[in-house]
Amino acid sequence: MADQTMAYADGDPHHVRGALEHSGPASKRIVTGYGFWIFILSDMVMFSAFFATYAVLLGQTAGGPRGGQLFDLPNVAIETGFLLASSFTCGLATIAADARNKFWFQIAMTVTCLLGLAFLTIEGREFASLVARGAGPTRSAFLSAFFTLVGCHGLHVSGGILWLLTMMAQVFAKGFRADIQRRILCFALFWHALDIIWIAVFTVVYLLGSAA
Amino acid sequence: MLGKLNWSAIPIDQPIPMITSAVVALAILGILAWVVVKGHMPYLWEEWITSVDHKRIGVMYILLAAVMLLRGFADAIMMRGQQAVAFHSQGYLPPEHFNQIFSAHGTIMIFFVAMPFVIGLMNLVVPLQLGVRDVAFPTLNSVGFWLTATGALLVNISLVIGEFARTGWLPYPPLSELTYSPGVGVDYYLWSLEISGVGTLVAGINLVTTVLKLRTRGMTLLRMPMFCWTTLASNLLIVAAFPILTATLAMLILDRYFGFHFFTNEAGGNMMMFMNLIWAWGHPEVYILILPAFGVFSEVVSTFSGKPLFGYRSMVLATMAICVISFMVWLHHFFTMGAGPDVNAIFGIASMIIAVPTGVKIYNWLFTMYGGRVRFATPMLWSIGFMVTFIIGGLTGVLVAVPPADFLLHNSLFLVAHFHNVIIGGVLFGAFAGYTYWFPKAFGFRLHEGFGKAAFWFWLIGFYVAFMPLYAVGMLGMTRRMQHYDVPEWRPWLMLAAFGAVLILIGIVFQILQLVVSIRHRDELCDRTGDPWHGRSLEWATASPPPVFNFAIPPDVRGEGAYWAMKTHAQRQDLEKHEPEYEDIEMPRNSPTGFVCAFFATVMGFALIWHIWWMVAAGLVGAFATFVAFAWRDHDEYVIPAAEVARIDRANLAERRALLGAAGSS
Amino acid sequence: MNILDPQGPIGAADKTILIDSVAIMLAIVLPTIAAIFAFAFWFRASNTKATYWPDWEYSGRIELVVWSIPALTVILLGGVAWIGSHQLDPATPVEGTGSPVRIQVVSLDWKWLFIYPDQRIATVNTLTVPAGASLRFELTSGSVMNAFFIPQFGSMIYTMNGMVTRLHLRADNEGYYQGLSSHFSGDGFPDMLFDVHVISPLAFPDWVAKTARSDLVLNAESYGKLALQTVERDKPTYRLDDPRLFDAIATQMILPGPGPKITSEAAQSYIGASDAR
Repeated sequence: MADQTMAYADGDPHHVRGALEHSGPASKRIVTGYGFWIFILSDMVMFSAFFATYAVLLGQTAGGPRGGQLFDLPNVAIETGFLLASSFTCGLATIAADARNKFWFQIAMTVTCLLGLAFLTIEGREFASLVARGAGPTRSAFLSAFFTLVGCHGLHVSGGILWLLTMMAQVFAKGFRADIQRRILCFALFWHALDIIWIAVFTVVYLLGSAA
Repeated sequence: MLGKLNWSAIPIDQPIPMITSAVVALAILGILAWVVVKGHMPYLWEEWITSVDHKRIGVMYILLAAVMLLRGFADAIMMRGQQAVAFHSQGYLPPEHFNQIFSAHGTIMIFFVAMPFVIGLMNLVVPLQLGVRDVAFPTLNSVGFWLTATGALLVNISLVIGEFARTGWLPYPPLSELTYSPGVGVDYYLWSLEISGVGTLVAGINLVTTVLKLRTRGMTLLRMPMFCWTTLASNLLIVAAFPILTATLAMLILDRYFGFHFFTNEAGGNMMMFMNLIWAWGHPEVYILILPAFGVFSEVVSTFSGKPLFGYRSMVLATMAICVISFMVWLHHFFTMGAGPDVNAIFGIASMIIAVPTGVKIYNWLFTMYGGRVRFATPMLWSIGFMVTFIIGGLTGVLVAVPPADFLLHNSLFLVAHFHNVIIGGVLFGAFAGYTYWFPKAFGFRLHEGFGKAAFWFWLIGFYVAFMPLYAVGMLGMTRRMQHYDVPEWRPWLMLAAFGAVLILIGIVFQILQLVVSIRHRDELCDRTGDPWHGRSLEWATASPPPVFNFAIPPDVRGEGAYWAMKTHAQRQDLEKHEPEYEDIEMPRNSPTGFVCAFFATVMGFALIWHIWWMVAAGLVGAFATFVAFAWRDHDEYVIPAAEVARIDRANLAERRALLGAAGSS
Repeated sequence: MNILDPQGPIGAADKTILIDSVAIMLAIVLPTIAAIFAFAFWFRASNTKATYWPDWEYSGRIELVVWSIPALTVILLGGVAWIGSHQLDPATPVEGTGSPVRIQVVSLDWKWLFIYPDQRIATVNTLTVPAGASLRFELTSGSVMNAFFIPQFGSMIYTMNGMVTRLHLRADNEGYYQGLSSHFSGDGFPDMLFDVHVISPLAFPDWVAKTARSDLVLNAESYGKLALQTVERDKPTYRLDDPRLFDAIATQMILPGPGPKITSEAAQSYIGASDAR
């Protein structure tokens, strides 16, 4: 038996030399970033379930108001502007973190936080005014889907702000340690991903929803 | 103060749940008392509960699955008993109780038996097979496990406090809406699955990253053992499918808690959307379960045939094909909704297409045995039992994928028999094969063969006696979930099925005996070499049980069947006689994050079910604080010095050389 | 209720497809099972006569064969499925003798209401149809989902509130059969069995006339009583007051059933009647 098995060890048919050879486990930064990317992808799958639901229920107004009667597009445009700007300042914070500059990191994160809060405030006011006009989420299936999709994004932004504040505190207390740098990387990925999702929300919910 | 909760939530007038839970509570208290009195508590806390070691977490997942299997099986035998006697009578279970039992049975068996079992095996084995020291995110791994346990705990709490869902394992609205299910049962279902769903997602992300980014030097994708491929496919499906479940259940929660109208009858809600969404998760889910089992069989058949897996690349292709196509077939769960002939036919054919790669797998296992030396150890028996049983389940599965046949068989006991045929004959047999196969790796001693074989035969025969009658009675028009019936032709089949359930019970008793006997005789069953089955992949290249760091020196892989190649190299060149240069190893520190987090999740879930809002807030704050505290740690790793590594490794190498010497001289 | 003993063309066609599909699959399944046993037995470790090829792991020819066997089977079965789905689409009318009978089916908690709008009658838990006539079902639900199924007639279909599904069947032989709900709908679900009487086409008008003399009238009010969660054992028959009653149910002009009435004190408190409703 020994003779036969030896032949196997040498005659590996899939042994390819050179570029295809695998060099071993990736670095921690890559592994962390990669894992977080996968989380973001799964989060996007969750959002797509809400998007699909919104598309299905768009016409189900149960005699209540339609999107075009409710949405205040200029207001939403300003809201969008805040979120996009926050993504830019979040990018600045990442650069500051790479340069290990605490001062500019904290400044950029503070601005990101304020812009995020402004976004949430506008969204909150929009929700409040809709509910006050009798167009709350219990009015119709369409409004249920609207509040859930937009609200889910809003919850993500709120969670993001909580995370942002934690990161500011961590950098303040511990400085730019390797593990904290990795968390800043993940936070930045998260914040930018929320931006991408908002672009889809703006397009599908507000622009297409107004037309419907 | 306590929301909807008051004393009447405890069903004192119902003897079955009360006695059951009293016994369970006494058992748990007894074990706890024993642990504390014997002074095992610190060991349990430091070595298991707070462990971030993938092997320990894997074992805990499987333990959870085993305990929940007992609960789920108790439900099963009660159902079979009820249907055996409830002819022209109410039997011994009133409808509200019977309906909880079948709902709990399905929920538990899928989410808290099959899922933790396969995730446990993947956790235990995949890093070893890839030749690495841990999964990508060890602490998250612990969080994932404990959140799964939280879900299981909440389901069991419903036995004593309140009630469980009475709507089936998938709560189809509008029956599951507040109007038709005003109790807390559906809420128990929803919150335990939301919480354990987060745990599953975390496990999925972790394992995908591990397989794709953490492989030892030379372990290219196409050199990975088949089990790693199926793990990758299964976890990609988790990552892509579980968020849909989370979203769907969240919508039902919003309907029930805040009067939204996603799936209600009123205000434009759409119950058909629930069915589409839930099955867009639900169909991939069955492949999440079966693919790892396919991986186990690939390893077992190859090892016990003494041959490499036949058609490895074909198997990889088949696995990934199943992974992709499984997302395109969900509609076959409701052909009878009246979607129209084109839609039905397209989804029917797409469902059949999955049978092609699955069939290829069967043939590849068949040809792996061809020209081999097949040893009929218990894992191999489970595998052969699987191949035969699964083909029958596949046949009936393709049959119900033909829409006109499904028009007769949908929701019947034929369907019930079909999915038990593939889940028991596929997933569960795979889990048992993997359990027997990797048990010596995890604990350093083998399981008793005699009891294992007895358990196998009782399970196999019991399965056929329990479920073949259900195929027959499904042909006689019997639909699922009937608490009582008046049709005399059904009765003999249902009594036979109940007898089959008893045979399976005997099989389970033998499994318990096997474990007890094996632990008592662990010295005789000891595996000193780390390679009890003459295995082919890297998990057998380290000691049993493996040291916390798995491999003293990260293995260098030069081909498929990495360990087999090493063994043959070693025989020829005597490579292992050279002393390797040991280095310090950094390992992640244990952390109570997972356990504490799950504690707060339990509190929060319970509070949400009973509308105790202050407690919800407390749980939320607690969970967040736990994460911040975890993030604040200054030292998340500890160092094992090179001398210690050398000491552990030399002992194992000595045993291994003795074995190789013996094999070489024979 | 044996689906292998069909009493109409749809059931017979469904059954034929079922049997054909099984036969096609058995043609490859049985040899495969035999091969599993044969290979496992012949290549057992103790059999010294069997060859041992420890490195044999690939054969292009075998690969080709093992991919093509299931693929060809599925192509064949796919054809069966495509043609079958189109021929047996529940919405396609069935040929029949005499004038077609239109029946509107409402699934309720936990009983079946059959409305004959053209005959201005309605029955509960008893479906009476003439043999050989084309049966045109329109189905909806008065509360939760159910599925309408008479096993010996063939194809089942869901009933859903706010929606109308269509089903066409024919019963060829006079006699007594049974139908049931094949989708779980709550505590009274097992009592949703209903009787099916297939009578001669000549007797059908008499039955209609007899039923039309019923003392009970079906209108929104008596429907409201039927919609409560009860199990119906009396199988009452009604004169139909308004032939558009079904449309009113299907379009939710009549609201869906109210669900459980919380009676027992224990249930009331732990269900949390005050806060949940």
